[in-house]
Amino acid sequence: MRSHSRVIRYTIVFAALLALLILMLILNINTGNVQISPIRIFELLFTGRGEENELNIIFKIRLPRLIMAALLGGALALAGFLLQTFFGNPIAGPFVLGISSGAKMLVALTMIYFLDKAGRVSSILMVLSAFVGAMMSTLFILVISQHVRQMAGLLVAGIMIGYICSAITDFLVTFAEDSDIVNLRGWSLGSFSGMDMGNVRSALIIVGICSIFTFFLSKPIGAFQLGENYAQSMGVNVRRFRILLILLSSLLAACVTAYAGPISFVGIAVPFLMKRSLKTAKPLVVIPATFLGGAVFCTFSDLIARTAFAPTELNISTVTSLFGAPIVIYMLLNNRKNKE
Amino acid sequence: MNAYLNLENLTVGYGAHAVIEDIGLQVKKGEILTLIGANGAGKSTILKTIIKQLPPLKGAVMIEKKGIADYSFSELSKTMAVVLTERIRPELMTCREVVAMGRYPYTGRLGLLGKEDEEKVAGAMRAVHAEEVADKDFNATSDGQKQRVLLARALCQEPELLILDEPTSFLDIRYKLELLSILRNMARQKGITVVMSLHEIDLAMKISDRVVCVKGDRIFCEGSPEEVLDEGVIRSLYGIEGGHFDPLFGSLELPRAEGRPEVLVLSDSGRGIPIYRRLQKEGRPFAAAVVYRNDQDYQVARYLASEIVTEEPFRYISDENYEKALSLLDECKEVYDAGLSIGECNARMAKLRQEAADRGKLS
Repeated sequence: MRSHSRVIRYTIVFAALLALLILMLILNINTGNVQISPIRIFELLFTGRGEENELNIIFKIRLPRLIMAALLGGALALAGFLLQTFFGNPIAGPFVLGISSGAKMLVALTMIYFLDKAGRVSSILMVLSAFVGAMMSTLFILVISQHVRQMAGLLVAGIMIGYICSAITDFLVTFAEDSDIVNLRGWSLGSFSGMDMGNVRSALIIVGICSIFTFFLSKPIGAFQLGENYAQSMGVNVRRFRILLILLSSLLAACVTAYAGPISFVGIAVPFLMKRSLKTAKPLVVIPATFLGGAVFCTFSDLIARTAFAPTELNISTVTSLFGAPIVIYMLLNNRKNKE
Repeated sequence: MNAYLNLENLTVGYGAHAVIEDIGLQVKKGEILTLIGANGAGKSTILKTIIKQLPPLKGAVMIEKKGIADYSFSELSKTMAVVLTERIRPELMTCREVVAMGRYPYTGRLGLLGKEDEEKVAGAMRAVHAEEVADKDFNATSDGQKQRVLLARALCQEPELLILDEPTSFLDIRYKLELLSILRNMARQKGITVVMSLHEIDLAMKISDRVVCVKGDRIFCEGSPEEVLDEGVIRSLYGIEGGHFDPLFGSLELPRAEGRPEVLVLSDSGRGIPIYRRLQKEGRPFAAAVVYRNDQDYQVARYLASEIVTEEPFRYISDENYEKALSLLDECKEVYDAGLSIGECNARMAKLRQEAADRGKLS
């Protein structure tokens, strides 16, 4: 009986997430400065024939953007979930721990250097430098976590790393060539604009592989929820598992940062919301739900960013903070209440 | 000896710092071995080394003649299960889900439970009487329930060797007894070898086949509880200065009230004990007379009374002892009659009571 009601709950949550995602995709592709009717869009999507202008808008602007928003949103939420598992704390995430900022700094550095030399930067190079930056921040946090046991201290350290990296990035942007600045500014504040299908392909490969890997880590992640020592006694090779968690979360966060810049709060808010609505922390269901939830959250945020003050676009972080921060505050209050 | 678990010349500790050195222990299959010792003596350090959470500084831990260093974590998990002292707070997990985690070594890549697994989970919960909390949130249960759920989780792992670090902490007396009797059944019926640490010596004596006392940087002594645990060993093991521990009954008495006795207690058949304890609490020195050495009263009076007159079992009360009792009666301001069963041998007790009444001291 109990397991029956559980299955029903999972089904409802997943169905709702899928419905929302589809709704967001439809709304996103239908909204923009140039008015194209929904029927026309369907025609364009399925036949691939139409006016050059309309085709460009759909296939070169709107479609890559919305796929990236969904893909990177999911990746970001998963990165948050992995870091929360690693630190055993629901408030951990790539943004608060300074991992996104570390990635941002190295990407800025790479962009300035290579735009100057070669005039362009390949997306793989961007991801790679973001990954190096993310790993730098993560390793720094790990070293601190050896000395600082409480999570609060760790978070402060993460936020400080974030500030340092942002300061360096700002410094770099200030002294960059005029031609780069426009590019860098928009990116360093976070945005899904300017994506192309090439980006989509490489992001799809990286995020896809990482997400599948993460899904197959469901079992040890579940054991890890009982604490490291119990996990080890059940046969988890804790050292190897920890390294995997760090690599995967850094790679996911790096991929997001490389393409869309740092995006805040998704990594904390989405896993929390998913666990609450599923009423379980079982990784086997939470991982796919978190990915879908992140996709919905980011496509929704991007829709707002594009339309709220059109034709002016908002930064994506402005929108995610607006919706994510209250959720995190609610979560903290709720957490305290549970402990009392 | 055919040992199942073998600690060979083992030195345990953290980093370069050795806590206990040169441990040599053999544990047979189905045996219950208990480590006792003061807080911080190093019991947990030994257990952590056995479960491969800490590397040994010297020597080796062998399970069935194979060093645990040669076992992978997943091999080890099918052999050995643990109940640790650390408190866990799993998020949104029911007790059944916590127990089901014990099936980890046996489930497939995604950790899905088969029908057989479900049955084993239910069986383990039944064995520890935790069925009624199965669907409750683990974090919302009492400490006693949590401990039983964690034991069920360990049993679910179908271990040959069960390691428990102070499993009775946080438990009230009823659950302590229940938990230990479950362990005894597991050892007897399923041949599970149990190695644990306990801080209740009385419980350790009742459940263990063998006890190991840990003190300083060595194993202090080791053997069956009857051989090892006399009062002297326990006093030095725990560094007890005031108070007494009776190893036979496992009872603990606080230090007696010192000084010349103010009260004389007349009693037999254990009826004096509540009065001794009350006087001790009030800090009033008292005398007990005449107490037969085979009376329950004797077991407590010898620790709590500041003066005691004793007689050999089944003898008439001697003139000498009667005189001693009379002089105590004269010295004391009050005499309590806790209830006397007068027979042929102790007829003089009735006389003593009469003397007290005549002097107006009987209350």
